[in-house]
Order: sequence, then C-alpha cells, then structure tokens
Amino acid sequence: MEVRVQEADFDAGKEMEKIRKRFADAGAIVSFIGLVRDFSDGRKVSGMTLEHYPGMTEKMLRVILEEAGKTWSILDATIIHRVGHLQISDQIVLVLVASPHRQDAFRAAEFIIDLLKTKAPFWKKESTSEGERWVDAKESDDIAASRWIE
Amino acid sequence: MRILYFARLREAFGASEELTLPEGISDMEGLVALIRHRGGKWQDELSKPFRVAINSSMAGFDAPVKDGDEVAIFPPITGG
Repeated sequence: MEVRVQEADFDAGKEMEKIRKRFADAGAIVSFIGLVRDFSDGRKVSGMTLEHYPGMTEKMLRVILEEAGKTWSILDATIIHRVGHLQISDQIVLVLVASPHRQDAFRAAEFIIDLLKTKAPFWKKESTSEGERWVDAKESDDIAASRWIE
Repeated sequence: MRILYFARLREAFGASEELTLPEGISDMEGLVALIRHRGGKWQDELSKPFRVAINSSMAGFDAPVKDGDEVAIFPPITGG
C-alpha cells in the first residue's frame, strides 16, 4: 500500500507496473485519475492551486485504504494526490487498486475516491474568469461518501 | 496550544498561532467561541461553514481540548 502527496506529476502506467509485478494472484487493477477541468459552477476555469494539511492528509489516506481493506479483497493499492499549482487537463489524483477479482477492485476504487473527497484535508482554489475563488464543498460529494456507510 | 488554519481561513487569519487556553475552556466549542469573540474577520469567517481537527483527527465541537494539542480549523474539504 502506498500513499503520496506531491507537487510533481505522476505516471499512472509506471505505478500500475509496480503493483502488477508484486502479486501473482492479482486478477485485476482498477485505476481512477482525477483531472483539472475547464469549468466549475458555470464559470470558465483556467487552473487551480491545491493546499493540504501535511501529516493529517497522509494519515487520512491510510485510514481510507485500511477501511477499504476491511470490506473488499485488496492485494495492493496506491493513492497519489498532487498539491500546488495545476493547469487544465493536469492530473490531480491517482487511485489504483489490485484485487484477485474485478468486482472488489472496482468497488474499492470508487469507495476510496468517494471517501477521499470528504475525509482527506485538501482544498482547491480555482482561477476563473471572475478571479480566484475557494471551491465550496459539494453536497453531492457528501451523498456519494455517505452511501457507503450502511 | 498550536492552532493551524487552512485555505480561506489561512488567508484571513494567518497559517498558525500559539494560544494558552484560558481557565474554564476545555472543549472545541469553547475554543471556537473564544476566537470568534475577537470580532471583525474572526466573527465573519467563523460564521461560515468550517471543520475542526485535534492532533490530526477530525473532531466534533464537544471534543475536549488541552494545552499541548495541535488544533486545526479549516473550511469543508474539497480535494480529489
């Protein structure tokens, strides 16, 4: 299991390769990559800056991986989240999950990104056509995270 | 204790401050009330939604605080 918070970009292929060779009983790897898109609440976005709470962020990401491991069969998992200034189409976050079977890998990957969005202390500040603004938390993200708690 | 601020609150209050807990304040609710009572930007910013953590774990407003804790106050999270 690996958790990283970094300014540098990541290579999803290389990260997947590391996981793929580690477990002979892995039957599937699911990957999720979050990107910087050029719109938000009807505004044109030209980039964003991501801030985090060092220490707590890594701790929460590990807690989320542990939680996922209690429900699904996970052989290995990686979370890489970038901070600092990002441009349109840049990669923000990578979630990789390797499991013996695809169902576990799909569900665990979705659980991990849903929980990350509400539990890991990151904040986005967007540069838009109307100036810079801190992104408001979305109710839809709370709903996405809460549907796993049942 | 050390109080950390992030994002919108960091821009308004600065990244951190050291504070000695006055007598009679023993939980997050009391601590936040103390800070809000400074008025001005403190009153304004802490009237908007925010979350708290104690020693790197999310906490509720009834959570106990003591000198030596690292408390963080920040807006709702928007990563991913």
